Amino acid sequence: MNRREILAAFLGLPVALAACRESKTPSLPPGEIVGASDIFGHRLRDGLRVDVPSDAWSDVPVVIVGGGVAGLTAAWHLQRSGFEDFVLLELEQAPGGTARSGSNRVISFPWGAHYIPAPMKENTALISLLDEMGVVEGKDKEGEPIIAEQFLCRDPEERLFYKGRWYEGLYLHAGANSDDQQQLEKFNAEINRWVAWRDPKGRRAFTLPVSACSDDAEVTALDRLSMAEWMNQRGFVSPRLRWYVNYACRDDYGMTLEQTSAWAGLFYFCARVLRPNVESQSLITWPEGNGRLVNHLYDKTRSRIQLDRAAIELIPTSTGCDLVTLDQQGKAPRGFHAKYVIFAAPQFMARYLIRPYHENPPPHIAELQFGSWMVANLTLKDRPKQNAQRDFPLAWDNVFYESESLGYVVATHQRGIDRGPTVFTYYYPLCDENAPAARTRLLETDWRGWADVALTDLSRAHTDIRNLVERLDVMRWGHAMIRPRTGFMWGQARREAAKPFRSIYFAHSELSGVALFEEAFDNGLRAAAEVITRLASSSS
Amino acid sequence: MKRPPLLFLNVLIVATCGLIYELLAGTLASYVLGDSVTQFSLIIGIYLFAMGVGSWLSRFIETGLARRFVDIELAVAILGGFSAPLLFLSFARVSYFYAVLYFIVFAIGVFVGLEIPLLLRILKDEVEFKELVSRVLAFDYIGALLASILFPILFVPKLGLVRTSLIFGMLNAGVALWGTWLLRPLIKGRITGLRVRSIVVLVLLLVALVKANTLTSLAEDEMFADEIVYAKDTPYQRIVITRGRAGFQLFLNGNLQFSSTDEYRYHEALVHPAMLLANNPRRVLVLGGGDGLALREILKYPSVERITLVDLDPDMTRLSTRFPLLAELNKHSFENPRVQVINEDAFIWLERTTDEPYDAAIVDFPDPNSFSLGKLYTTRFYRLLRNRVTETAGVSVQATSPMFARNSYWCIVRTLEAAGFVVKPYYTAVPSFGLWGFALARSSPFEIPAKPPDGLRFLDEQTLAAMFRLSKDIEPVPVEINRLDNQALVRYYEGEWKRFE
Repeated sequence: MNRREILAAFLGLPVALAACRESKTPSLPPGEIVGASDIFGHRLRDGLRVDVPSDAWSDVPVVIVGGGVAGLTAAWHLQRSGFEDFVLLELEQAPGGTARSGSNRVISFPWGAHYIPAPMKENTALISLLDEMGVVEGKDKEGEPIIAEQFLCRDPEERLFYKGRWYEGLYLHAGANSDDQQQLEKFNAEINRWVAWRDPKGRRAFTLPVSACSDDAEVTALDRLSMAEWMNQRGFVSPRLRWYVNYACRDDYGMTLEQTSAWAGLFYFCARVLRPNVESQSLITWPEGNGRLVNHLYDKTRSRIQLDRAAIELIPTSTGCDLVTLDQQGKAPRGFHAKYVIFAAPQFMARYLIRPYHENPPPHIAELQFGSWMVANLTLKDRPKQNAQRDFPLAWDNVFYESESLGYVVATHQRGIDRGPTVFTYYYPLCDENAPAARTRLLETDWRGWADVALTDLSRAHTDIRNLVERLDVMRWGHAMIRPRTGFMWGQARREAAKPFRSIYFAHSELSGVALFEEAFDNGLRAAAEVITRLASSSS
Repeated sequence: MKRPPLLFLNVLIVATCGLIYELLAGTLASYVLGDSVTQFSLIIGIYLFAMGVGSWLSRFIETGLARRFVDIELAVAILGGFSAPLLFLSFARVSYFYAVLYFIVFAIGVFVGLEIPLLLRILKDEVEFKELVSRVLAFDYIGALLASILFPILFVPKLGLVRTSLIFGMLNAGVALWGTWLLRPLIKGRITGLRVRSIVVLVLLLVALVKANTLTSLAEDEMFADEIVYAKDTPYQRIVITRGRAGFQLFLNGNLQFSSTDEYRYHEALVHPAMLLANNPRRVLVLGGGDGLALREILKYPSVERITLVDLDPDMTRLSTRFPLLAELNKHSFENPRVQVINEDAFIWLERTTDEPYDAAIVDFPDPNSFSLGKLYTTRFYRLLRNRVTETAGVSVQATSPMFARNSYWCIVRTLEAAGFVVKPYYTAVPSFGLWGFALARSSPFEIPAKPPDGLRFLDEQTLAAMFRLSKDIEPVPVEINRLDNQALVRYYEGEWKRFE
């Protein structure tokens, strides 16, 4: 593909034409593709067979497969519960999965997930984690946790670029007519209704984690509609309202309105609101995003974690499960005889790793579909110039109205560093209807292509960006997030996927249907608790 | 014949230009060095003496008078035209400034001194001597009159010093170019070289005139009531110093920081209550205050052993150290060995510092008109500050106007309280600003200090006590607390000052 075709594919033809007219082949800053080694993953998929020498086997009661948030949480919970005899195996050189982070001489920055909303008092486990990290300062009169100011996203939080100007917030208020205004109010009224809603058991319709949400038929019926259908039924046709809701779906799920389950769409707007007519819960963030949470969990469990160690086969036995493992080079085979396994990796991998699944993969695995994302980190020697005097200034999250990307977050924002070098983290979800096609598009575009897409997109708002970027690294997340498609949230597949297979317990955000820190955390806790229960009952 | 009357016009222009350069130098010198009597007297003296030198030197020019005349015009055009921009650029370094100033004044004087004798000699064959002397000298003095009238009422107010200087330089170069036609019969040999040179000088001056707009735009000159004597875009802000009849002013990003006529009211009010409350403090922290004027007040206390001043902008603290007007006003405080300067964002510095606690802190930031300044007024910031001062330390905070920005003022007071300080609000009148508000704070409850030190210009026992008695129109209003995650103050401030723009 030539430059114009790549730009047209990711940013639209007009942008591609404009960009290619201006300069034939603009020079790119230094940079590379970083992270996830999909080659090794593909070798696993193609069926790698290994013999482990008999002296390289060891007995471990519990093995956790995967060092993303779910796996780390399971490890953290086992340890916190006084259970120290376990091993966590992570394929990569660094833990964290899609919540991992990087750093350079300027600042730390996220490679994926970059915030969590302040938890409500019911989410006690998450509060205790945040408390352990020194993020919680106490409780208010209603028992809600008080988050230390420096961890709450610093104002200004968001701004939106539309037709050459920056505006505050994510909903485009400038130029809204009375009809737009009314529809926004009506939309907010719908949100408020669901925020106030409780089922006969007193459960909220939408809350974090998903496992605490009501399964009442009135709510789960929403899963049979797409978010677009739900909006159409209510006459929400205002373009800026639809843009806003579509942005929300792309931001949290990497999907469009048309693809997203209405349940998931409403979950985005309702699950973070304490009560009707109040702002969403404040956001907790760090320069490195959720990498801070990852690093804390990792610090607490470091002695049990083996990085650069991939489980390549899980063989259930009469006494538990045997695991065959290798390092990333495909060398140093080692085996574990485990009583229980916590499988904290996505289940599309289980197909290749769990021996009985080779021949007969359970049907629910095919239903767990993942979206693809490109994330770029741009190191800037200085901030872009403000163009218009009245432009709203640089915020934490900076979004383009007329773009397929999600914009960028500024790593130095939370530290209060308002001048000089910084890092922009640029997010681009591939929202194609067909997930494997999106993945192909993601991986077939090389570093040059992605760097050009990011810079061309950013230069629409920042004409000086190409002169400011000193380095641009790209992460291609082939399986970034589970996609909460219409029917998936309350369908059969998700329920089936969460059930243990013999001595293997599953823990991953995919089991919640939405890829959020809270969900990975919740699944990690649940799987660890199940294993602890089983261990206790088997020993007594 | 036509030539002589036109040459008399030349005399008029040349004379006007000459005096304009002299006035420019005198004005600039008195702006920067102060003491205008001395400056003008010195400059007039040097200039007239240099003209004498020039007249005397004219005898050594034997041949090619007309050609030399054009060359001299070009020399004056360059020296005079670039005089103000050059002096402007050397403001920040006083030693350079003296050197550039007296060199330029002397050199211009010499060349201007050469002009009239040469013209007289050029014209002596065309006009009767009696007639010649009377006309040339008459036009010379008329030119002087024109210059001295137009300079203060037209050029300085409308164009500013830099543009005036460049435009008169172009006028001089124009005279040179025109001279190549007027004096054509008297110029022997090829004339193209002279014309090219004249045009090059004209273009250079024109380019400088265009560039002058990037230094200070006409719009900016209009914005300030007084002449801009210093302007610089630092990586952090735009620093402008203006100088007028009554004194000089410092502006950051177009916002007045102080006027030399009444800053003592502001700085005495800002500094002394906290210093008195701290009771013979040894270690004092100044956050902001890069002008050094708070330092001047703090250094009046013999108990002070160390002052740490944290100001974002190294250009600002450097300017306050070296720029003569400022350094004099702050009594060369930055050269005091007790003062340590740290150029860093105070927010970042407070987060990372491990300094032992301070006995007093003076917080003197620009008004919270942006999010990056707003963070310096948040509960987070004040909590960090509280951890960096002793339990009995006096802390004072400049808190914008309780009159014009009442919500903003009380927001700062309440935010300090929310951060755990006991706060007493106070205010005073600073004519350049209007009513100005401050907050006196300490970690533990306290009584308002009663007795200021002797020898202050503004504060005595009565005024000190009166500052803490708030009038009805600035009584508390209910406000939100300013936090990092809401920046309530920036929003109050924006709304309140918009009404006055």
